Amino acid sequence: MTQSIIEFQNLSKTFGKTKAVDNLSLSIAPGKIIGLLGPNGSGKSTLFKLINGLLEPTKGQVLIEGQAPSMESKKIISYLPERTYLNDWMKIRDILNFFHDFYEDFDLVKAQEMLRVLGLDERHPLKTLSKGNKEKVQLILVMSRKAKIYLLDEPIGGVDPAARDFILETILSNYQEDATMIISTHLISDIEKVFDEVILLQNGSVYDYDSVDSIREKTGKSVDELFREVFKC
Amino acid sequence: MPWNFDNSIPIYLQIIQEMKRRIIRKELTPGERLASVRDLAKEAGVNPNTMQKALSELEVEGLLETERTTGRFVTSDQKLIASLREAYLKERLQPFLSELQSLGLSEEELMTLIRSQYKEAEK
Repeated sequence: MTQSIIEFQNLSKTFGKTKAVDNLSLSIAPGKIIGLLGPNGSGKSTLFKLINGLLEPTKGQVLIEGQAPSMESKKIISYLPERTYLNDWMKIRDILNFFHDFYEDFDLVKAQEMLRVLGLDERHPLKTLSKGNKEKVQLILVMSRKAKIYLLDEPIGGVDPAARDFILETILSNYQEDATMIISTHLISDIEKVFDEVILLQNGSVYDYDSVDSIREKTGKSVDELFREVFKC
Repeated sequence: MPWNFDNSIPIYLQIIQEMKRRIIRKELTPGERLASVRDLAKEAGVNPNTMQKALSELEVEGLLETERTTGRFVTSDQKLIASLREAYLKERLQPFLSELQSLGLSEEELMTLIRSQYKEAEK
């Protein structure tokens, strides 16, 4: 058994009376692409923020390679948040340089190459781009780091199906075998064949954690169908 | 060539089936070198680990062979490919035969029917 890269130990996070994450324990082995799935408000984004050290646990702890989140863990985590934190007035080129200065593991040439493939001009300010193109730029930034852990919060939410394919291809071709990637999404059917394993979250706890193929074997259903059944409104 | 996946069946099993079909159809020829796991995974739009698992199973069956430094190849064993083809055809034929038998078709009727359909198709 390989050592886990991320571990949750009796993790809870409450906001007032709301339990966003509720006594969650789980350990994640390295080298996998994992889907973090659950209905709205099931705790997906909160979990990402806890891994990143952007939120402090109310109880329990998160361990990254055996350590609590810190400056060191941020160096090995490449995080795509659900909302952008980039300044709209910045040109794509400025943002590239910003990332290049900020992260030792940022591969500028790779990022430029990906932007060229997409036909995005580095001289353009971010605010002139469409929503879909903005999302692509952010994904390129995140995927151009050579991190050990990638956390992608809803990377394909706002883009059209063709762009979705581009994003999936970008993820697959830039993914290193020893890296761990956690992707949260609602668009399960588009992306489930890319996952090794999925974590199904319900009310801040784990409903199921299994490999995609073993879910298909055990239920005779795709993860998408299972999700619709379990979380039927 | 596009890869189409059925939703309810494990993906690695579907990859195995598809690779077998390609070998039978000679789209993958005996002794041919395969693309890397990563490239194949990208082409099929699947997780590289899933592709790896499917290829390993095909290796166990002897349909693929790995040479440590040069990569992965389709077997050159013609006998093995012939028996794969036979098994595949039988597997395809079986549900079709059971269906027709359940409709009360005799062997003779069936053969006559197939022959006449063949002629139709040739026209």
